[in-house]
Amino acid sequence: MALTTPASLGGGIAAEQVRRQLTGNRSDVSGKAFQAILIAALATSIVILGVLVYDVAQTGSGTLTGRLGDFLQGSLRSQAEASGILQGLRGTFFIGVFTVVVAFPVGIASAIYLEEYARSTRLTRFIDVSIRNLAGVPSVVYGILGLAIFVKALGSFTGPDAQGRSVISAGLTLAILVLPIVIITSAEALRAVPAELREAAYGVGATTWEVTKHHVIPYAAPGILTGTVLALARALGEAAPLILVGAVTGFLSGGTGMSLDSLDERFTAMPIVITTWAGRPGADWEQATAAAIVVLLAVVLLANAIAILLRNRYEKKRG
Amino acid sequence: MPDNLTREVRLMAENGSPVPRTEPAPPGVPQQAVFDVSGVAVYYGDFRAVRDVSLDVRQHEITAFIGPSGCGKSTMLRCFNRMNDLIDTARVEGDISYHGVDLYDPAVNPVEVRRRIGMVFQKPNPFPKSIYDNVAYGPKVAGAKGNLDDVVEEALQGAALWDEVKDRLKESGMSLSGGQQQRLCIARAIATDPEVLLMDEPCSALDPIATGRIEDLMVEIKERYTIIIVTHNMQQAARVSDRTAFFTTEVNEESDRRTGLLVEYADTDKIFTTPDDERTENYVTGRFG
Ligand SMILES: Nc1ncnc2c1ncn2[C@@H]1O[C@H](COP(=O)(O)OP(=O)(O)OP(=O)(O)O)[C@@H](O)[C@H]1O
Ligand SMILES: [Mg+2]
Repeated sequence: MALTTPASLGGGIAAEQVRRQLTGNRSDVSGKAFQAILIAALATSIVILGVLVYDVAQTGSGTLTGRLGDFLQGSLRSQAEASGILQGLRGTFFIGVFTVVVAFPVGIASAIYLEEYARSTRLTRFIDVSIRNLAGVPSVVYGILGLAIFVKALGSFTGPDAQGRSVISAGLTLAILVLPIVIITSAEALRAVPAELREAAYGVGATTWEVTKHHVIPYAAPGILTGTVLALARALGEAAPLILVGAVTGFLSGGTGMSLDSLDERFTAMPIVITTWAGRPGADWEQATAAAIVVLLAVVLLANAIAILLRNRYEKKRG
Repeated sequence: MPDNLTREVRLMAENGSPVPRTEPAPPGVPQQAVFDVSGVAVYYGDFRAVRDVSLDVRQHEITAFIGPSGCGKSTMLRCFNRMNDLIDTARVEGDISYHGVDLYDPAVNPVEVRRRIGMVFQKPNPFPKSIYDNVAYGPKVAGAKGNLDDVVEEALQGAALWDEVKDRLKESGMSLSGGQQQRLCIARAIATDPEVLLMDEPCSALDPIATGRIEDLMVEIKERYTIIIVTHNMQQAARVSDRTAFFTTEVNEESDRRTGLLVEYADTDKIFTTPDDERTENYVTGRFG
């Protein structure tokens, strides 16, 4: 309108009209409402999370401030005041190591094969769907798998003196549990690499391996890292499969060795410690449980923080 | 085509010796064919994107592909360096031979093909690396050792970009403007010293000055290379190319989608002055659609 009339209306009036049109606030009610819903949803989750963390920290603060050193270095005992979580931390540490050493390379390699090398055929699509389904299988099922394979069938390798109920069995079981998650998130990150980047590299005569190594992996690294750390956090928090592969819930002698020789001994892990303690009566145990939860949270947060630092470094390199 | 050259190409594909160089034929004598295309159709899944393409691309000439959007120019261009291999659904029917060697023979290694047949894409796609590394990448994967400064400078000079970037070779290729990025991609393609250069609308993001420089460059380097260029710019096709292929689209009976086809392929002068086909005439005179 304003565009067609300025000559007849004169400059000043046209400018006034344009100003009115440009500054006029069309009310965008549904947009505003949608934004409000989004904010409310976000706020709800943050508040719930905050309350939980606050509650746990509050309950566990006595233990954490009173005897943090003893708590971190002590063993499982029958009295709450004397109990510590060293055995649980050690088990969780090695489970993390197994996940990083077994599930990450195997999972990332599988994803690279599926995305970069395999052509899309009926077979690869079937494999893809199967992996997605595997990621949804309940964790106890993996526990049963671990019991059958690593504890029973391979017991003489995984723990000759512990009937196979060792941290090796646990680590391998959880590595398999998170493998589908690692594959899916890595494949997703690889799929997000722009086709133009691959074409550019293939176009100057690079081989598939060169394209993957020089361009695709560096570009996808931040995404792969984020996914794998989520998988790691999942592995560190699982309790059910560990019970099936024979994690110790009561008294455990030893179970603190950090050498490779000690990997075939009996073990426990943080989620087991937490669930066991949580079942015991009395305020003392409640406090100890809360303190153990805070420590496990701190461990997971630490893993995440490292991942974020690494990711930022890769992203900067990606330019 | 002489048999010995065919054998030479076969050998090359096996041991990666350098690209064969021949002198342009003297005026009046027809140039040798680099590509012989006959009865080619390209499918994306069930969809036939382009059909009935038969043409020969001659050495030391610039061949232009023109035609309306979606008629399969890019699709056809990507057949010449096996780029369509990267699209799982894409399938090529018919024969494309390169110096008499069937490009789609299972024994042919697409990586070797792409070292000899370079490509500049429709959208600028520099690597997220430094300007220097963008240009040096091709020679590096081809096995070049040592200092590549001269190669990089020569390629950037060739792509008319050197003066603009010579003081910032360490900066990311992504930090350049769109037109500069496209020239960087041209530099990257010529840095490997290919025999054939496939250019998909290389000037669509460039200002007239840069376009002029790229056109000059093409004419200059056709002594050494064979060039196939896709362009929407009629003047450009008329200015630089020796021969022109006009493609158009036709509605399919089976589906609503349009299949592209080659209408006419002849000397550029003929296409722009006295084309045989009415559709060609309508298109080049701007009466299309
Ligand atoms: N990867 C793909 N998958 C499926 N169909 C495709 C793909 N790429 C191109 N096509 C289809 O093939 C046909 C030809 O596309 P192409 O890109 O070759 O056209 P073009 O002549 O280069 O057009 P433009 O001038 O717009 O670049 C189009 O109908 C397009 O939709
Ligand atoms: Mg195109």
